[in-house]
Amino acid sequence: MTEREAEPQAPELPLAEVTARKRSRLSAVWIIPIIAAVLGGWIAVQKLLAEGPTIEISFASADGLEAGKTTVKYNGVDVGRIESLRVAPDRQRILASVQMAPAARDWLVDGTAFWVVSARIAAGGVSGLGTLLSGSYIGMQIGTGSERVRSFTALAVPPVVAANAPGRYFRLTAANLGSLDFGTPIYFRRLQVGQVASYRLDDDGRGLTIRVFVNAPYDRYVKNETRFWQASGLDVSLNADGLDVRTESLTSILIGGLAFDTPADNADAEPAAADTTFELFDDQVSAMKAPERGSIRYVLHFDDSVRGLAVGAPMTFLGMPVGEVVSVRLDADRRKKDVSVRARVLVAAYPQRFLDVLADPQVLTGGSKAITPAMRHALLDGLVARGLRAQLQPGSLLTGQLYVALTYVPQAPKATIDWHSDPPVFPSVKGSFTDIEARLTSILAKVEALPFEAIGRDLQQSLATLAKTLQDVDALVKRWDGELTPELASTVAETRRTLAAAERTFAGAGKAVAPDSPLLAELQATVVEVRRAAQSIRVLADYLERHPEALLRGKSEETQE
Amino acid sequence: MSTAEPASARSLGLAGCEACGLVVRLPAADGMDHCPRCGERLHSRRPASIERSWALAITALVLYIPANLLPVMTTNTPLGAVSDTIMQGVVELWSPTSWPLAIVVFVASVTIPLGKLIALAYLLLTVQRGSVQSNGQRVRLYRLLKFIGRWSMLDVFVDTFVVALIQLRPLMWVEPGAGVIFFAGVVVVTMLAVNSFDPRLIWDLPHQERHGHD
Repeated sequence: MTEREAEPQAPELPLAEVTARKRSRLSAVWIIPIIAAVLGGWIAVQKLLAEGPTIEISFASADGLEAGKTTVKYNGVDVGRIESLRVAPDRQRILASVQMAPAARDWLVDGTAFWVVSARIAAGGVSGLGTLLSGSYIGMQIGTGSERVRSFTALAVPPVVAANAPGRYFRLTAANLGSLDFGTPIYFRRLQVGQVASYRLDDDGRGLTIRVFVNAPYDRYVKNETRFWQASGLDVSLNADGLDVRTESLTSILIGGLAFDTPADNADAEPAAADTTFELFDDQVSAMKAPERGSIRYVLHFDDSVRGLAVGAPMTFLGMPVGEVVSVRLDADRRKKDVSVRARVLVAAYPQRFLDVLADPQVLTGGSKAITPAMRHALLDGLVARGLRAQLQPGSLLTGQLYVALTYVPQAPKATIDWHSDPPVFPSVKGSFTDIEARLTSILAKVEALPFEAIGRDLQQSLATLAKTLQDVDALVKRWDGELTPELASTVAETRRTLAAAERTFAGAGKAVAPDSPLLAELQATVVEVRRAAQSIRVLADYLERHPEALLRGKSEETQE
Repeated sequence: MSTAEPASARSLGLAGCEACGLVVRLPAADGMDHCPRCGERLHSRRPASIERSWALAITALVLYIPANLLPVMTTNTPLGAVSDTIMQGVVELWSPTSWPLAIVVFVASVTIPLGKLIALAYLLLTVQRGSVQSNGQRVRLYRLLKFIGRWSMLDVFVDTFVVALIQLRPLMWVEPGAGVIFFAGVVVVTMLAVNSFDPRLIWDLPHQERHGHD
C-alpha cells in the first residue's frame, strides 16, 4: 500500500469504496452445469424409457419394405418402424429388425400377426390404396396368447378378419374349394354377415376345412342344425310354379359366396358353439334336405352280379330311402375253405329315418329322444329274425340300374346281423330279379334236355291205357247206380225224419223253458249244432250224388279246400 | 523477472470502472470494491472468471449431447413424418449436388460449437497453468471465439425459419424438435462462457497474485 501511494502517476486518484465481501468457497455458477446435466440425464432417461422392444419379423420378401422408413401400424396407428433388413442365414427369408413403441410391449405375444399391407386389387374389393402414395407398411394384429415372443413370421396374406372383431369362427368341411377364396362373403337371408377366413387341405387330402367368420350380431343365427351351402352362381330351375331363379347377390355370382340357414323346425335351437364343424353342401336344396344325422355303415355281401349298382344308389325300405351305397368292391369270403369271391357293398344307413319309419322313437325309448345302440341292435335283430333281408332290385329294367332294397323274405334261411365285424354285416339274399333270370335260364335248359320223342311214345301208350281204364270206370259206375243209390236215398229219408222229430221235441222243450235259462241256451246251441250236422250231411249227399267215386277213393285233391 | 515485466493497472494497484471509466486505486482491505462515482463494482480481474468459464463450458458440453442426439426438425408429409437430428440432416444433404451445403451445416452446427468448447478449454487450462507461451496467439483465439459466437446460431435460425414458413397443413408441415432447444442452449452457454473469461488473465504471470499480496 505504501508502495502504491508512493507512485507518482496517480497521486490524486480516488480510493475505491470497500464493502464487506460475502464469500463462499464454491461459486454458485456450478449450479448451471448441474442443472444442464440433470436436464440432459432426465431426457436421456425419458428416451430410454420411450424405447420399446426390438423384435424380428421374418418376411418371404422385402419387396416394398425400407429400413428406417417402413412403419408397423396397428389399426392405422404407428407402433413401430423397421430399423434394418437383412437376409436370413438360410437365404430363404428376409429378417427385419423392428423397433416397436413401448406401448406395444404387451402386444408381442404368441398369436400376434404381422403382414405387409400394399395395394391389393381382388374381385372382392380394392384395399390398401393409401399405400400407393405412402409405400407399404406392416399391418399388425394382436394375438390372444400370453407368452411374450420376440421373433415373428409375417403372414403371406393379410388376415381377413380383425383379431378383435366380435363374432365367431366356424369350420366347414367341403369336398372341394369351389370358387371360394379368402374374404368370400357369407350370406344369411341375402345379408352379408361374414366371410371366409382361411381354408386348408385336410392332411389326408380328401377334403378341405374352411374357416369362416360370422360377425357378432349374426353369429347367434348359426345353430347346431344350421346348413351351409355354396351360394355362388345362378340357380335356375323350371318347376310346376314356373321359372325360378335363385341367387344371393351380384357379388356372389361373380366371386362366389356361402350362405347358411337353419331348417324351420330347429330355428329356436341354441346358437352353435364357436369352432363347430358343419358340412358344406353344394346347393341349398341338398343342404336343406332332412338331416342325415348319425349315418351308420353296414356291409352287405352279394353273391349275384352288382352290375348297375352305382355309388350313391339308394337303399330303400318299403320304398322309402333309408340309406345309400357308399362303395362297391370285391371281397373274398374267408370263412369257407375254398375262398369264394363275392361283392361287398358298403351302405350308409340313416337309422334315424329308418326308426322313424318303423316306430315312434318316443315309444321305443320310453320318452327320451336318444336311441342307444343297444336299442337299435335289438330292434334290427328283431326285424332280421322276421325275415328282413337286403336284396338287389332293379331300379329300371331299361338301364339296368340296381338299388338295395330291404324286404321281408319269409322263407329266407336263418341269419343274424354280425355286430362283431366292423362295420356290421347285414344279411342279404339273392335278388328277386336276378333270381328270376337264373330260374328262367335253368328251366329253359331243362326243357331243352327233355326227351320229347320218348315222351311222345309213352304218351301214346298211356292214352291207350287210359281208354281202357275209362271203360272199366264206366262199368263200375253203372253197377253203383244199380246197387248203392237206392240204399243211400232211404238213409237220407230216415235222417230227415229223425231231424223233424228232434225239431218238434226241441220246440216243445223251448216252450217249457224260460227264454234266459241256461238250458234254453244250451238247447239253442245244440240245435245249431244239429242244424250244422244236417247241413254237412246235405252237402255230403250232394257231393256223393255228383262224385260217387268218392266213396272208394276219398275226396279228390283238386277240390280240396 | 519482475523487473522485465511491464507495469499493469493491477500491478499498480489501480482499476478502471467498467461503467463510467473512472480510474481508481484499489484499497488493500479485503472486500468488494465499488466505484466512488457511479457505484459500479470494480474488478482488477473478473471475479471467479476461470471457475465460471469452466462451469459454463461444461454446461455447454452437457447440452451438446442431447442437441446432437435429439431431432431438430420433424417434417410431416403425406408420405409420413420424418424426424432428423443435425447429423442426419448433414447425411441427407450429402449428395452430389448439395454437398457444399452439407459442409456448411456440418461446420456451422457440429464443428464450430465443439471447436469453441475445445478452444475455451485450451485457454482456461493454459491460464490455470500460468503458461506464458504464445500469448499473442491465445489472445487472437479469444477474439475469434468472441466474434464467432454470434454466428453459430445458423442451425437455430434455419430451423425457426423453416418451421415458420412451411406450414401447409395438412399437406406438409415442419415441427421443431427438442434438439434445437438444446442446440441454442449450447450456443448461448458457450457465448456466456467466453464472456466470463477474462483475457487479461492470459498476460498475468503465475507468481502474480491478486493485489495486496505482492
